[in-house]
Amino acid sequence: TCEQAEANEYDLLVIGGGSGGLACAKEAAQFGRKVAVLDYVEPSPQGTKWGLGGTCVNVGCIPKKLMHQAALLGSALKDAQHYGWNIAQPVHHTWSLMAQAVQNYVKSLNWGHRVQLQDKKVKYFNMKGSFSDPYTIRGLTKAGKETVVTAENIVIATGGRPKYPTHIAGALEYGITSDDLFWLKKSPGKTLVVGASYVSLECAGFLTGIGLDTTVMMRSIPLRGFDQQMASLVTEHMESYGTKFLKRCFPTKVEKLESNRLQVTWKNTDLGTEETDSFDTVMWAVGRAPDTEALNLEAVGVKTNSETGKIVVDASEATSVPHIYAIGDITEGRPELTPTAIAAGKLLAQRLFGQSSELMDYDNVPTTVFTPLEYGCVGLSEEMADLGALQFHLIQLHALSLNVLRKDLYVMYCFQVVCLREREQRILGLHFIGPNAGEVIQGFALGIKCGATYPQLMKTIGIHPTCAEEITKLHITKRSGLDATVTGC
Amino acid sequence: SCPYSCYCLHEAAKYEKKVMVLDFVTPTPLGNSWGLGGTCVNVGCIPKKLMHQAALLGQALEDSRKFGWQFTEEVKHNWMTMTESVQNYIGSLNWGYRVALREKKVTYENAYGEFVGPHTVKATNKRGVEKLYTAERFLIATGERPRYLGIPGDKEYCISSDDLFSLPYCPGKTLVVGASYVALECAGFLAGLGLDVTVMVRSILLRGFDQDIANKIGEYMEGHGINFIREFVPIKVEQIEEGTPGRLKVIAKSTKGNQIIEGEYNTVLLAIGRDSCTRKIGLDKVGVQINEKTGKIPVNDEEQTNVPYIYAVGDILQDKLELTPVAIQAGRLLVQRLYAGATSKCDYVNVPTTVFTPLEYGACGYSEETAVEKFGEENIEVYHSHFWPLEWTVPSRDNNKCYAKIICNIQDNERVIGFHVLGPNAGEVTQGFAAAIKCGMTKEQLDSTIGIHPVCAEVCV
Repeated sequence: TCEQAEANEYDLLVIGGGSGGLACAKEAAQFGRKVAVLDYVEPSPQGTKWGLGGTCVNVGCIPKKLMHQAALLGSALKDAQHYGWNIAQPVHHTWSLMAQAVQNYVKSLNWGHRVQLQDKKVKYFNMKGSFSDPYTIRGLTKAGKETVVTAENIVIATGGRPKYPTHIAGALEYGITSDDLFWLKKSPGKTLVVGASYVSLECAGFLTGIGLDTTVMMRSIPLRGFDQQMASLVTEHMESYGTKFLKRCFPTKVEKLESNRLQVTWKNTDLGTEETDSFDTVMWAVGRAPDTEALNLEAVGVKTNSETGKIVVDASEATSVPHIYAIGDITEGRPELTPTAIAAGKLLAQRLFGQSSELMDYDNVPTTVFTPLEYGCVGLSEEMADLGALQFHLIQLHALSLNVLRKDLYVMYCFQVVCLREREQRILGLHFIGPNAGEVIQGFALGIKCGATYPQLMKTIGIHPTCAEEITKLHITKRSGLDATVTGC
Repeated sequence: SCPYSCYCLHEAAKYEKKVMVLDFVTPTPLGNSWGLGGTCVNVGCIPKKLMHQAALLGQALEDSRKFGWQFTEEVKHNWMTMTESVQNYIGSLNWGYRVALREKKVTYENAYGEFVGPHTVKATNKRGVEKLYTAERFLIATGERPRYLGIPGDKEYCISSDDLFSLPYCPGKTLVVGASYVALECAGFLAGLGLDVTVMVRSILLRGFDQDIANKIGEYMEGHGINFIREFVPIKVEQIEEGTPGRLKVIAKSTKGNQIIEGEYNTVLLAIGRDSCTRKIGLDKVGVQINEKTGKIPVNDEEQTNVPYIYAVGDILQDKLELTPVAIQAGRLLVQRLYAGATSKCDYVNVPTTVFTPLEYGACGYSEETAVEKFGEENIEVYHSHFWPLEWTVPSRDNNKCYAKIICNIQDNERVIGFHVLGPNAGEVTQGFAAAIKCGMTKEQLDSTIGIHPVCAEVCV
């Protein structure tokens, strides 16, 4: 239906209907304010687009975790036989069945978000917004129809999109990104994932798990910014799990073959050679760029970081322009996580309309990487503690005893605690590699928020038998040089 | 997962004390026995969790079809394959402990120990050979064994958890008698493996646990095909036919009147409670007091009995929790106090636990009832939420069955005094929250903690 081009006065206009944007809008509406949300998805270079909800719901956390689950279930099928379940071979996986189920669920979430906005009386515009002046947004629909919207306060929450390495010939024409992967109708087949981010490793992980020939190409270190010892345990496991790694390599060109396969040429920096191979799919996971281009920030003077392009904000999420705020992946120096965006959005709404003065606490935010062997962490890594010149203990436990009934599987898990050396031994960081890492770490993140110390941790009795209880057996410091491997009890 | 005795002994041996351990398993009425390691390793936590896992994998198989995995429609479970795997693993643990004791130079005797006089025990091995040993100090850690009903046919025809995990044939159609976590965990995994399971309950489920959650667990199990017969107790078990399994007739009487019912089952599993192994170890000869009614041993906060040189840990302690990690912790700290000059005592407060029923339940701190009783309803605030794990959305199952509940003390800065979660991986979720409760977490701190997305545990913050 045609919408009347009318200028509306809103108390709050949110640009971007993702995790942060929707949380902020809904919270503001609770205070009886007039709120509107603009959401628009520019199709990917391959033409993929999706509904309301942002990255997390459509092309991030949700479909990622579901496909990761599909891969884990593949492992479960193998385990099951050792536990007495008779499953006739062969077992195989059909991409389209999984993709359809996942896509249907995501669509139900899109629908759910629209209903929620309606229930909370938040006005929703499926339009691409750009600034005309600090209080005015020009919204453009897909069909090119324009609507002008004005608001007292504006929150920018447009998030980010995957980067393309456009300097590589063929990258844009023939490669896909995470924006496309979860919406593929047909199996990606033999896949090359380029990148060393968690996006790269998580995707490569589940593709391997569902039986696809998968290779990861990394220029240098995996999971930059994460604890490097943990990162290498993650990649080592992936290798034993069947993912191929091309380490210290970078692609130089991508060409299409007659067979419709893609021929990738790359440089191996260790050997100084050039190599090629063909793949059905090439997926770029080389980082994400903030989605600010269409916003016309220059017109209002919202400052961005010259290096990253992200919007600079202060502790109250305010930009350089009064009444304009920013939250979520688009902001400089903040974790790119759904829960922090949601919390920041809610707190911002509470400060704007609810007489609260509580600022968002970005310290000790827990997170989990959903690789085949999951990695959950909160607080400082070993490297970060080093940089802080803190005198710390690094206490570790490696246990080789995960899947006890499967002799063919050599899975390890690992706990690492970083704590201050001084008397109290406050815990600075906690790391866990193993199954259900997110479930394990969540409660400990809370403990860290309460200022947990190492002695308090040791006073806590374990729950038996779980993986998490191993934390109560952490005694060996890295400093001691003793072997921290436990051969399963 | 070493047994508590192992930890104690490792600790003591570390301080170069001469240590000996006597371990002996009196066979079950049906003749079953096992190796070194105690209940947890042989007939408790370990085989229980593995069989629970087998049942979960059965569910995973069904889910996997919705995630695109394709295989034959008919999938059957083979009890023998599973039990053999489990028993092999337990055997490796038994072996591991023997090796560990040897390495730490702890003398081990597979003999039944009983006190015969001050500082003296008699050890009798299975061939009846007796030896006497003296020691400066003694630690009693004999644990418990399943109780029988005391009705005709119970010891002849019924099994207990002591027999279940090594049963050399599939139990078939099973009646589980009892409402303890042992009863519900076993009924849960037996049903998950495809067996026809009925649970006969005298009164309430999971006595001592939060009843709101206990009922949700029962509802979930009923919704998944487990039959419950409430307010009945068996009065007689008869054998209809011998076999592996055979056929048994169970006659039961209502607790509320005179109604009598009959049922036929292949196996009857008794899980009505456990009794301490303290009555036949000569405690009277050395004057160790026990609670005559329960058989449990009262100790002070340093695990010392009324006889100064005799200590006790584990399931036999009065008013303490029957959990492996508690026993381990108590044992380890005891030895450190005795031989290493340490002063730390075992902290029995806010010990977390998990019930591994089909829908798992993790808890730490007060149940809602005990919180109301202790603090008064007006002084506590209960925050709760149902949730649907993301992994269950695609297979479209069990929406709104999972549940999390936090109980706060309003008068103490809304300190969290009870944590309850009902859902998958409840143990993994609860462990960290238990650490936080130990740090005295408040509702405000809970609210300010960021969730990890997308996981079940984030519903709690």
